[in-house]
Amino acid sequence: MAPRAAGSALGALLGLALLALLPPRTAARAGDAGEAARGAYLARLADCGGCHTPPGGAPLSGGRRIPTPFGTVTAPNLTPDPETGLGRWSWQDFDAALRFGRRPDGLPLYPVHPYPYFARLDETASRELWAYLRTVPPAVQPVRGAALRFPFDLRLLVAFWNVLYFRPDPFRPDPAHDAVWNRGAFLVEGPGHCGACHTPKTALGGDRPPFLGGGEVEGWTAPPLDGDPATGLGGWRVEDIEAFLATGTDGRHLASGPMAEVVMQATSRFRPEDRHAIAVYLKSLPPSSPHPLTPPPPPPASGAALYALRCAPCHGEGGEGVPNLFPALRGNAAVAGAPASLLRILLFGARAAATPARPTGPAMPPVGAALPDEEVAAIASYVRARFGGAGPVSGEDVASLRVRGP
Amino acid sequence: MVRLKPVDAVIVGFGWAGALLALELSAAGISVLALERGPFRDTVDFPPTSAPDELRYAVRHDLVVPPARQTITFRNRPDQLALPVRRWGSFLPAWGAGGGGVHWNGQVWRFRPSDFVLASRVAVRYGRRFLAPDLTLADFGVTYEELEPYYDRFESLAGVSGQAGNIAGRIIPGGNPFEGPRARDYPNPPLLMPYGPSLFAEAARALGYHPFPQPAANLSRPYTNPLGVTLGPCTYCGFCERFGCANAAKASPQTTVLPVLRERRNFWLRTDVTVLEVVYDRTARRVAGVVYVDDKGERSFQPADLVILAAYTFENVRLLLLSGIGTPYDPESGRGVVGRNYTYQTTSSVTVGFADKRLNPFIGAGALGMVVDDWNGDHYDHGPLGFLGGAYLAALATNGRPILNHPTPPGTPRWGAEWKRAVARSYLRTFRLIASGSSLPHRAAYLDLDPTYRDAWGRPLLRMTFDFHPFDLRMSEFVTAKLAEIARAMAPAWLTVSPRRGPYSIVPYQSTHNVGGAVMGADPATSVVNPYLQCWDVPNLFVVGGSAFPHNPAYNPTGTIAALALRTGEAIRTRYLARPGPLV
Repeated sequence: MAPRAAGSALGALLGLALLALLPPRTAARAGDAGEAARGAYLARLADCGGCHTPPGGAPLSGGRRIPTPFGTVTAPNLTPDPETGLGRWSWQDFDAALRFGRRPDGLPLYPVHPYPYFARLDETASRELWAYLRTVPPAVQPVRGAALRFPFDLRLLVAFWNVLYFRPDPFRPDPAHDAVWNRGAFLVEGPGHCGACHTPKTALGGDRPPFLGGGEVEGWTAPPLDGDPATGLGGWRVEDIEAFLATGTDGRHLASGPMAEVVMQATSRFRPEDRHAIAVYLKSLPPSSPHPLTPPPPPPASGAALYALRCAPCHGEGGEGVPNLFPALRGNAAVAGAPASLLRILLFGARAAATPARPTGPAMPPVGAALPDEEVAAIASYVRARFGGAGPVSGEDVASLRVRGP
Repeated sequence: MVRLKPVDAVIVGFGWAGALLALELSAAGISVLALERGPFRDTVDFPPTSAPDELRYAVRHDLVVPPARQTITFRNRPDQLALPVRRWGSFLPAWGAGGGGVHWNGQVWRFRPSDFVLASRVAVRYGRRFLAPDLTLADFGVTYEELEPYYDRFESLAGVSGQAGNIAGRIIPGGNPFEGPRARDYPNPPLLMPYGPSLFAEAARALGYHPFPQPAANLSRPYTNPLGVTLGPCTYCGFCERFGCANAAKASPQTTVLPVLRERRNFWLRTDVTVLEVVYDRTARRVAGVVYVDDKGERSFQPADLVILAAYTFENVRLLLLSGIGTPYDPESGRGVVGRNYTYQTTSSVTVGFADKRLNPFIGAGALGMVVDDWNGDHYDHGPLGFLGGAYLAALATNGRPILNHPTPPGTPRWGAEWKRAVARSYLRTFRLIASGSSLPHRAAYLDLDPTYRDAWGRPLLRMTFDFHPFDLRMSEFVTAKLAEIARAMAPAWLTVSPRRGPYSIVPYQSTHNVGGAVMGADPATSVVNPYLQCWDVPNLFVVGGSAFPHNPAYNPTGTIAALALRTGEAIRTRYLARPGPLV
């Protein structure tokens, strides 16, 4: 990938000389298979493929473009290909990148790679991931690199970002909680890097409190994962969270947008006890933002008529939905929280996750595609007021999203 | 012509039969490729915002194969000249993924035990001389008992809403007392019954009949089938037949099996390709695969170890004839089997109008209604009647849509101000009762290749020669009179009685139940496929669908087509794959 700094060439020569003196390593040591298998599971927990596997492409071969508010970053090729992948890297090179955001040439990686979260991993986990990556079939996929706007294209500035936002501390279990909670805390704060989407960000893209208080990614609302009863997981039980992670639905909510991929590629393939630990940990988080006491203004009357005509056939006159098929609108964070997902679904439609346990993958048609902005706003405002106790959206909100596109 | 990589099994057609075979065979781990001449369709293509479009779907036939792409030629009798159908009328053959399973009404029936063995039963009960000499009635070669577990499986996959009438021999009040014994009740309760069918049932009961709810693949409640796929509840919108369901509430291949099939790495579906022929090696008695053409006109040879035709009655029979498989039927000599025993459905109706009752016909679902089965099958003595079979009598609440439905009382002018007034007065107060009757096979009802007309690729069109047998017209007269009796007991202000009269006209819509032509049976002299729908002449070719019916009982065919397909799939999976060869 990146050329080695000249100073390490001598080190490489010395290393080669030493290697020549050592007995040849057999291809498969007894410990290797177990190490790589554990690394494979860690890769699933971290959903490396979510960024590093191009759609329809070779596993972990990179080339996938990741949009950020600062420009586009292209995920590198993690396969052992010597020219375009990590074939010439050592474990130290990999570990520095994985947990500390440093490239072998000394320059920092952009924190699109979630090293602030992966810093919670320990050295053993890093070695296991490395062992796994060496078993992935090498794929030739040259990666062009980042295309960020000035001044964000000056990599050295990331050093300042790190001062503000990077704590290279491995995970420390909290003795006040049991092993299950701590496992969940580790998974969420570490490899799961849930906060990368679900924690609000500063203008520079760093996390700001409250932790897991909600965010927005690729135009979708990533709802809070704290205990808020309307916008967070306050109304969910532990088993609801587990079912959602395992199948894409808890009966009332359907994973769609970027989360559908997370469920299909990652969480549905976690061990059940790990999903349980995550659910236990998330349910322990208190609500973060207090709710306004003043009720929102009543929605326009046209919203009720439009809802009855266009939405009620599937979502029910009372917004109760149909279990596992049409989401319940009542008590749904996508309705009560930040409106990005709701507007996007109305305008462009959405397809829910399909997992082996819940294969249907129901789709919502783009109801608003053929409606004027004011009518889409009326539907959204009505739904938010009636089923989420939340404030209205305007025709301008709809118009600007329609222009931006899906 | 491109030669493609071989697959283990190729399925021609992706309607109910093709999808169920794909489900069974892909579960065995072999590579399965389904080819469909029409476009891909999924539930997202029928959103509530555009699915209930009567002009597009019911009038302009959006889900029906365009006659310019594929049509048939038709004549009533062999001494007539057959001409191409340029606009579908009497029946609406589907195309596209899901086939007729997308735009059907959802009426799911099991044939009666007696239907499967009608020929031998009639010979015993009425004597062979009872049969007209030109009738070619034959048994199915499979019994109801053998098919029962597969009926059960399909009803469970589809989430059928109904009320069982006979569970393991115990007659259940409220169900059909004449049905064959079933292992268990339907997976979902019956749909809620609107006013019209309730009036009909009340009148029928008063006459001593046994009305029961029509078994429906319109789901009465949300349901997750054994594959884990979830369907929604019917909203009684009345846009069923000819439409895709906007609520995932009608069982179709898309709403019941496709979500599971599409995740299987050994299954592929290729749409927009038309199979031109099955490649047949006559000396080896083997098929080698199929040749198909795509939208750009490029031809490909798809090699396969196993070929399954599931392309609807018409293309099943036509592909056999075009590929030189089996002996074509010759109506003169009566010899040959391919094309023989084509049958249809003998339908009729009675329309009732009320002065004082509002029936709200806009509330509907394709299989929503009450049925009287007392004049169907062979449980009553046909000796004095001079016909066989019968009909189920039904009051179905559906199709109350504005463009094609404006009933008016007899004597109303057919246009003008008085017509408009009558339409406005009558819409809410008029109801149509139907009789769905059986169809008997006879020597002059058959399918073959047209000598003159060809399709865009130069292949002869399928020619249909069909008229109702006099037995069936006599039957229609009889059952329609019985239907009228129930109608009069509803105390309407007026009624019109319309029994089926000959000759058969291909213009007004009657039913898309075209069956036969590649019939199943125990005797290769009179059937094309054996009881597992395996071609007698070619063990690695199976022909699945309504083409297998040697005659058509009164009931809608989908349930039996699905049960036969599941049984065939299981036989291939558990017996044929281990030891390829004749299963019988």
